[in-house]
Amino acid sequence: MFEAMSYHSLQVYWWILVSVIGGILVFLMLVQGGQTLFPKLAENEDQKTVLINLFGHKWEMTFTTLVVFGGALFASFPLFYSTSFGGAYWVWMIILFAFIVQAVSYEFRRRDKKVLGTRTYEFFLVLNGIIAPLLIGIAVSTFFTGSPFTVQKEALVRMGTSQSVVISRWGTAWHGLEALWNTDGAAFLWNIALGLAVFCLVRNLALLYVIRMVKDEQLVTKAKKCLRRTVPAFLVFFLTWLAGILFYNGFGVGADGKIYRAGAIYARHLMEHPVVLIILLIGVVLVLYGFYVALFRDTSRAFGWLGAGTVLAVMGILLWAGLTGSPFYPSNLDWQSSLTIANSSSSRFTLVVMSYVSLLVPFVAAYMIWAWKTLDKTKIDTAELKTEEHVY
Amino acid sequence: MNATHWATVDWSRAQFALTALYHWIFVPLTLGLSFILAIMETIYYKTGDEKWLRIEKFWMKLFGINFAIGVATGIILEFEFGTNWSNYSWFVGDIFGAPLAIEGIMAFFLESTFVAIMFFGWNKVSRKVHLWATWLTAIGTNLSALWILVANGWMQNPVGMHFNPDTMRNEMLSFANVLFNPVSVNKFVHTVFSAYTFSALFVVAVSAWYLLKKRHREQAKYSILVASAFGLLSIIGTIVTGDGSAKQVARYQPMKLAAMEGLQRGSRGAPLIAIGTPNVRKGGLLKSMADDLKGKDQLDVHIKGFEIPYGLSILAFNDPHAFVPGVKDLVYGNDKEGIPSYKERIRSGKIAINALAAYKKAKKAGNNDEAAKQLELFKAHFKDFGYGYFDENHPEALVPPVTISFFSFHTMVILGTWFLILFVWLYYALFKRKLETNKTLLRLAVISFPLGFIAQELGWVVAEAGRQPWVIQDLMPAQVAVSHIESSGVIITFFLFFVVFTALLIAEIKIMTGAIRKGFDH
Repeated sequence: MFEAMSYHSLQVYWWILVSVIGGILVFLMLVQGGQTLFPKLAENEDQKTVLINLFGHKWEMTFTTLVVFGGALFASFPLFYSTSFGGAYWVWMIILFAFIVQAVSYEFRRRDKKVLGTRTYEFFLVLNGIIAPLLIGIAVSTFFTGSPFTVQKEALVRMGTSQSVVISRWGTAWHGLEALWNTDGAAFLWNIALGLAVFCLVRNLALLYVIRMVKDEQLVTKAKKCLRRTVPAFLVFFLTWLAGILFYNGFGVGADGKIYRAGAIYARHLMEHPVVLIILLIGVVLVLYGFYVALFRDTSRAFGWLGAGTVLAVMGILLWAGLTGSPFYPSNLDWQSSLTIANSSSSRFTLVVMSYVSLLVPFVAAYMIWAWKTLDKTKIDTAELKTEEHVY
Repeated sequence: MNATHWATVDWSRAQFALTALYHWIFVPLTLGLSFILAIMETIYYKTGDEKWLRIEKFWMKLFGINFAIGVATGIILEFEFGTNWSNYSWFVGDIFGAPLAIEGIMAFFLESTFVAIMFFGWNKVSRKVHLWATWLTAIGTNLSALWILVANGWMQNPVGMHFNPDTMRNEMLSFANVLFNPVSVNKFVHTVFSAYTFSALFVVAVSAWYLLKKRHREQAKYSILVASAFGLLSIIGTIVTGDGSAKQVARYQPMKLAAMEGLQRGSRGAPLIAIGTPNVRKGGLLKSMADDLKGKDQLDVHIKGFEIPYGLSILAFNDPHAFVPGVKDLVYGNDKEGIPSYKERIRSGKIAINALAAYKKAKKAGNNDEAAKQLELFKAHFKDFGYGYFDENHPEALVPPVTISFFSFHTMVILGTWFLILFVWLYYALFKRKLETNKTLLRLAVISFPLGFIAQELGWVVAEAGRQPWVIQDLMPAQVAVSHIESSGVIITFFLFFVVFTALLIAEIKIMTGAIRKGFDH
């Protein structure tokens, strides 16, 4: 089946898969959004425990999706994996550190009173809740604004000089953190805007999930109130990023395969690719409709709309980065080193093998949805937690 | 390569070793305990006896504490291939990335989804569905071990691929060859059996402690019954597959075998040193090991001890008269046995690298005849490609740490033998109904858990230190695999991980011991 596909079609297929996983990852990062809520919403230990358990039941799904997102990129676009992870060392290390401390915090929070103590683990949860969406948003924005790296595959045949054999090299000693102050076309502004937008988006998702799943009226009321501030905040940051990127002096791949830069190139690419435009638009419209339902109609139904919109919007952004005629990981230091799905992918054979493995994804999705629904059969409150065997 | 570059290489090695060794403190327990839980829940499901449910829930609580920290320490390993070994990620990402992605899709999702049902689903799904969830969690955790060990086995014995000079990387030719790589298959079975042994030791040690304290006697005895049966089968499997591992090391990584045995000069009918000690060089044993890590004096290690005649030849090749090469045979060559010296292989590797460079140049200039000629030359010498990055005047740089490999291997084997004796003894005492009165055996069972931990870690030291300097056997040494990052950055992250992981380990030990003290009924 997949053997009949051209190399380019396989590369496109894998970028679509990566985009889908990316969309699901951001949706599942509602766990991170939830981890920033308990200092704001909970007025006592019981309420805090309810909120932590609500999101704690799902943390492993988000964590696993992040690992699979990384694994899928490694298998399908290894040059991105080696260039970005080895280059933007500090950004990825900070993100990983935030996930390391998150993984133990749920399980250890109530059990470890002596070594690090409950408050430390709660701090870790908040830290992960802020850092992960913020930095992942900033990292995705650099898919449009660019990063300072060079790639030279021939470096492998150089022998004997210092570090000369390294293929991918980063241009600054800040290793990715420079995205926060990159002044190339005010890139830093758009990078930070997307980071903050993702942070607000997952927080909004978490608030709607609280409204949907928690039985405690006081918590639900406070969540609704909080929503009135975080929805406008998201809109401001996201629309700022969108406007900035649409008119950015971005990167494109010419007919001769050379990378060039042009103003508003991303807007043009989007108009030239109606399928991507429609996916992105549907995603954004669903997100906006979710907010409308949340603020003006039945808040408990808004979660589904916002969730679906998040998956599609993020997917649309990633498709926009990879499939509309731009390098998906541009280099602002050496344009010709920019990564496209064509020059950074695995071989045709590996993509075929991995494509067969991807047929498992619908089964995985099916049992994950079943598990999610099973765990969400009943709303959660303190009384419900008292009947549970395993409480965080 | 200058000193700055070597600092990055060595700190990246140290960071990977640190994170892998910490990760492996927790993972074996998860691998085996998940099956022990599934067996206990199956007995409960079949008999309806609530006693088994109480026993299972106690061990599940300990499993949960351990599982979280295993996940925490695991995420960094996957991403370190990119962050610290970026050249490696491109050079072999086309092959190595696939098992990692499959691990995520096939195993991690299964594990993470059903572990949530296992912990939180008691009141939400039927007993049958819960039992399924527990089994699927165990299968998921073990499938993840399969895929990561397929990846690791491939690094030790790269098969099913070819080098594409146009993309400057290795590309997969046969997924079946990668998956069924004999080194990977044996490594997987050996590793999971040893992990099951470790988990059984954990259950046995905790239960023996209860018996010594005269607490939870019934639950403890039933736990030992399940764990010692599981442990006995597992240690037998570990020993059998360990023999298989030795044969594969002899075939694919002869230098590693020479280091494991501290064999300087090879011979036909080579003896096996059952118990022995290397000559401790000036400054004591620790100094010798430190020198080992620095790559000093490894051609000067001699082992003295009790020898089993023909043992090594039989262990390695099933033939008492087979030739087993020693460190010096491999470094300096042995014409009689047809073993080329490292100097020759370094020269051959340099020919491969230069031919590749010439091929690229000719291709760029449109000189196809010259490109084809250089490509043929490259292919003829590709098997020695990685050797080309070494200096032919210093072939000893290709020798792994001998003292560390020898001690790690022999201590692991001695401990493995002890675990076999322990499980047989426990089973015998259990059936003779003398377990509770045999305080010596119970005490030995308790102290065997930390010994099991030592054996686990040493297994990885043998596997990974013994194959240095290769990241991919014969094709890519560590100094070529590393990322373009400053050593200061790696030093910071090394100590950051060290502090965080150590704090979490202390917290885990406190929580575990607290939960054990509270007992089954809490």
